[in-house]
Amino acid sequence: MTDLLQRIGARTLERLAKVGQASVMWALAIWGLPRRGDFALLVRQIYSIGVLSLIIIVLSAFSIGSVIALQFYTQLARFGAEDAVGLGLALVLLRELGPVVTGLLFAGRAGSAITAEIGLMKSTEQLSSMEMMGVDPLRRIVAPRLWAGIISMPLLTAIFNVVAIYGGAVVAVQWLGSDPGGFWSGMQDAVEVWDDLGKGTVKSIVFAVFVTWIAVFQGYDTEPTAEGIGRATTRTVVLSSVMVLALDFALTLGMYGEFK
Amino acid sequence: MMRMRTIEISVGAFVLAGALAFVVLMVQVSGVSLESSGGGYSLYAKFSDVAGLRVRSKVSMAGVTIGRVTAISVDTAYGEAEVEIRIDPGTGPLPIDTGARILTEGIVGARYISLMPGADEEVLGDGDYIEDTQGALVLENLIGDFITTLGDS
Repeated sequence: MTDLLQRIGARTLERLAKVGQASVMWALAIWGLPRRGDFALLVRQIYSIGVLSLIIIVLSAFSIGSVIALQFYTQLARFGAEDAVGLGLALVLLRELGPVVTGLLFAGRAGSAITAEIGLMKSTEQLSSMEMMGVDPLRRIVAPRLWAGIISMPLLTAIFNVVAIYGGAVVAVQWLGSDPGGFWSGMQDAVEVWDDLGKGTVKSIVFAVFVTWIAVFQGYDTEPTAEGIGRATTRTVVLSSVMVLALDFALTLGMYGEFK
Repeated sequence: MMRMRTIEISVGAFVLAGALAFVVLMVQVSGVSLESSGGGYSLYAKFSDVAGLRVRSKVSMAGVTIGRVTAISVDTAYGEAEVEIRIDPGTGPLPIDTGARILTEGIVGARYISLMPGADEEVLGDGDYIEDTQGALVLENLIGDFITTLGDS
């Protein structure tokens, strides 16, 4: 009995220590960047985090946009309300699906890559040799990745939304023949700049902070073996996906929370 | 060195594409018009009920959109809603006896203000009030009236 209690206590303390370490690392790293000379590092990370995620984002956005338009159209046509396809599509994308799906794809594409990269650096002891040389790995490795994520995510989300809306327009207007005037003007009447676009962007920034944070810490905390890197990568994807979905609910409740 | 150059170019293109996507979302999707706020003139109208009307709702005459609702407030002394309307530049002058009604697009559509043409020689100027107004038909009130009438007969 006391053994069990001790085990629970030990696990809890261990977890808390991890969270503490991760927070300290994040806080140190996030202040680490705004200095000259680190700009090239940041550009390189935006390339590998943002630019390389672009293809998967565009492809998924197009499929998601067209499938939403298709479903909305078939259901709304029963009430003769096909004109509402545009506004439904835009609101669903801007408020929820844009940031969330981009966050999930980002976790799978960029988060896993970050963890694997840093994990490998650790297991080949590049990180310790950096410290030996007096180079701060937080500044050189961690900070550029955190900032690149925070810069890339809102941009990726905006691109996702645009592609998805145009994908939906192709399906609803070109293919199913709903009226383009109703599609676009219905959308423009319903969508508000801050309430829909702005709050969606806030979501994407919050997701970026958490996904990059988890990815970097998991990489840093890897057991330095091949198996350990694999486990850490899996943990990054699982943890950050769950985090994105849970945070999305919390943020929706917080920002749009006049449901009662 | 060449490789760094391609990376920088693609990052630049990416950031530009992202910024462009934001502009498209603002202009094409949320319908912020860049040339607005210049020109045109404002009118005011008081309604007994504006249920469902929102800021940026359409204002139309004979089915043509000629403006937008820019503000809605309540006059608590009279229990009336005061609506500010911005008439687009390029729209001709409106007679002083122009009327305003709140209608619904389709059966579940958005509320909008329909202006009914007047015949007077005098025209409405910036900041004038539209006198002849008719508020929104609220379905609950209609049902309420109907039930009361049923009870009376």
